[in-house]
Amino acid sequence: MRFVFKTSYAQDLEIFRDDVQRNWYVALLVGLLVLPLLIPAYLVDVSLVFIYGLCGISLMVLAGYTGLVSLGHAAFLGIGAYTHVYAIHDLGLPWVVGVALACAVTAAVGVLVGLPALRMTGVYLSIATLAFALIIQEVLTRWERVTGGLKGKPVDKPVVFGIYLGGDAAFYFVCLAFLIGALWLTGNLLRAPTGRAWVAIRDSEIAAQSMGVNLAVYKTSAFAYSAALMGVAGALFAHKIGFLAPDIFTVLLSIQFLLMVVVGGLGSLHGALFGAVFVALLPVAISQARDAVPAWLSALASPLGKDAGAATFLAVDRFVKKPGLEPGLFGLILVLFILFEPLGIYGRWRKIQLYFSTFPLYKRATFRRQKSYMRSERLR
Amino acid sequence: MRSAHPGEDALDTILQLVLNGLAVGCIYGLVALGFVLIYKATELVNFAQGDLLMLGAFTCYMFVVWYGVGYWVALALAVALVALFGAVLDATILRRVIGQPQFSVVMLTIGLGAIFRSFASIAWGSEIYTLPTPFSARATRVAGVAVSHEYVSIIVGTVALCAVLYAFFTFTRVGLAMQAASQNQLAAYYMGIPVKLMFSLIWAISAGVAAIAGVLLAPVSLIDINLGFIGLKAFAAAVLGGFGSIPGALVGGVTIGLIELFSGAYLPQGFKDVAAYVVLLVVLAVRPQGMFGAIVRKKV
Amino acid sequence: MSLLAADGLVMDFGGLRAVDGVSFEIEPAEVFTIIGPNGAGKTTIFNLVSRIYEPTAGRLIFDGEDITRVPPHEIARRGIARTFQNIELFEHATVLQNLLLGRHAHKRSRFVEELLFLPRVRELELEHREAVERVIDFLDLQPHRDSLVVNLAYGVRKVVEMARALCTRPRLLLLDEPSSGLSVEETEDMAFWIQDIRTILGVTVLMVEHDMSLVSSVSDRVLAVNYGRPIALGTAREVQEHPDVIKAYLGG
Repeated sequence: MRFVFKTSYAQDLEIFRDDVQRNWYVALLVGLLVLPLLIPAYLVDVSLVFIYGLCGISLMVLAGYTGLVSLGHAAFLGIGAYTHVYAIHDLGLPWVVGVALACAVTAAVGVLVGLPALRMTGVYLSIATLAFALIIQEVLTRWERVTGGLKGKPVDKPVVFGIYLGGDAAFYFVCLAFLIGALWLTGNLLRAPTGRAWVAIRDSEIAAQSMGVNLAVYKTSAFAYSAALMGVAGALFAHKIGFLAPDIFTVLLSIQFLLMVVVGGLGSLHGALFGAVFVALLPVAISQARDAVPAWLSALASPLGKDAGAATFLAVDRFVKKPGLEPGLFGLILVLFILFEPLGIYGRWRKIQLYFSTFPLYKRATFRRQKSYMRSERLR
Repeated sequence: MRSAHPGEDALDTILQLVLNGLAVGCIYGLVALGFVLIYKATELVNFAQGDLLMLGAFTCYMFVVWYGVGYWVALALAVALVALFGAVLDATILRRVIGQPQFSVVMLTIGLGAIFRSFASIAWGSEIYTLPTPFSARATRVAGVAVSHEYVSIIVGTVALCAVLYAFFTFTRVGLAMQAASQNQLAAYYMGIPVKLMFSLIWAISAGVAAIAGVLLAPVSLIDINLGFIGLKAFAAAVLGGFGSIPGALVGGVTIGLIELFSGAYLPQGFKDVAAYVVLLVVLAVRPQGMFGAIVRKKV
Repeated sequence: MSLLAADGLVMDFGGLRAVDGVSFEIEPAEVFTIIGPNGAGKTTIFNLVSRIYEPTAGRLIFDGEDITRVPPHEIARRGIARTFQNIELFEHATVLQNLLLGRHAHKRSRFVEELLFLPRVRELELEHREAVERVIDFLDLQPHRDSLVVNLAYGVRKVVEMARALCTRPRLLLLDEPSSGLSVEETEDMAFWIQDIRTILGVTVLMVEHDMSLVSSVSDRVLAVNYGRPIALGTAREVQEHPDVIKAYLGG
């Protein structure tokens, strides 16, 4: 087991725990930098992972660190995307200004949503954000002069300072840069008093208040910061999909974002990224499986006779090609994670790490969940 | 939902709107009632309530149209099946998360809702269906207003159901035991009330109510897998009523229904769809405890 | 001049009057204890002083300043810190993070500075850390510095919560039942720490307590309340022998 020997208080302020950890991340970065040479065909998918990573960090700050669960984060993504596209197309502003505007507008909307949220707790807040998202979706549909309404709005490839960045590799690096920037900024906030105040609000509002945390300021700042990240993600997302329509930014997308933080592991930035990888690549995996599974199963069934194999193929093929299957799979994964691994992929990763570092002394009981009884949350 | 037909004069239009608003509101009220029952008992907020409604409507449709069962028998079967499903759901899945942070529960029920929709689209297809009922497309003219039987059936059904539920909770031993179990889990346990069974029963009742709401709604709406999104509007009803109050849920439902239909008739296009959510946000911002509820600050 | 003066505090919950005209004055560097039977309104008085409740009537003067209408998050900066009856720590954070939050009232860095983690933020963080480490040394919490609060024993959590309150560098420390849930040995330790806090750090302590051995060993003055009204004030012995207090505890 590797033990970090601490010799100064400054050591606890670093982003990386020690040199070994930092070197791993540097290695990962180098890997990501050479990735365009290795898998040029999949760069678009990886770019989406980065954009979802931004969304994951955004929601992680709000839900995972501050404990404010938003069921309407797709609305912020939508506002960011439309603001950016309106700024660079209709107003003819430079790309960078478009991103900045997307960031500023979503942050302002975040404050607007955050203010009434001060009076709500727990599930009421989730319901309110859900209502907000549904209203925004209607606004995106009806405000045709700006959004193009149901006809949608095409998006050009990004051109930054006169340089065309629409190629797969160029766009990949743009997304990567934004993701790293967001990680750095968020990491800074989380090791500073603001981040501690957010965590304090999550764990006990009343104690946070007694220690001098102004709930109004910190809840609103969490909302604003989270929304701003979502706005930036929205600007990139607009270029990624190339066409904006109101029915992209639905409740289902919001739920996918939540799926991301839950599956990744609440309360860690690693979790946000794990979740982003998972949610962005799951549809790819599902579509691969759709083609492969009927053949596998018919191969399994073929010893029973030639007809059995063919029949299985047809039956399974018809089943997996049903259109409603994918959201159900998302739902199933969500349910399974909450029931069996509430700490998400990151939690599982930590367990595996611990298993190897304490081998052969690992005990399952280390992470056993305590039996819990009903605790009233009405009295908050 | 069908919009109100323009009447010959303003009064006629208004009466039509009131009738339709009441009927739609009753549906919201019933779904909200389901939320409230479960919330009061177990403090879980069931985001899949609307999807249970959808399952109820589909099951009834399946019996009536596919198997040619009579409407009333199909209604009874659908309610019984969905209620049983609700109880099984509680016993196998939801009981495990009691005491977990509310967030997990919310996500869990959202996940379940997605699974139900997926199941419905695989089992019954993603087309849009109409359920033929004894009330379909009939109307009686009362004092110059065409009163559609479908809407009346919703109102009558809701009132009857509420009366039955009220009697059940007030006068039967099981009903009283359920009230006890939801007011103080531990004390009820010590008094020998099988709390787990009570919770399953409450889930069954709540799911059954959702199924009835689904079947009542089916003739005036159309059945498809997204019928469950009506649950989002029922949230507005439940919050308006205070989320812990059963009469509040019904009053909230009717209020939302009326506001929705009137804003559809008198405000620019688009307002009808978001009226419920706007009301919800305003209520939460101004009076988070709703019309009937009370939020107490955590004791320290 | 007294450090804290409560003047005719009244608190109504709906129709119930939980606190009914309580007045007291706490002198600097004394340990002032409020006792009383269950439901006598002790914790309500506490929540009034820490501004979690809005008093129906009455005034609170802290160090010459009227704090009756000061919002609860401003209390820490003025020098009042508290603990909670049922421990309100940030469970999913480490002890160190909990204590650093105790320094929040002294936060001087701005949002944008923290976003970029400028050198100034680093310096301020190190200052906070030094302050926290002094409290850690004072209460012997070194072994638990990096543990998650969830994983700590109840007795340790109680100490951590007191440490967090001390990190705000208070002039008045409010302890809500410091001995509840502790073993006899832990209660003894608690008594020593309360004395140290008063004598070494010079912090005034206002506490609500049930354990009479702890009360008599550390308190300078004791106020007994019943039905929201004060019934006796004096040394621990005087109050314990007061006929009204005996009546309140034994009934009749």
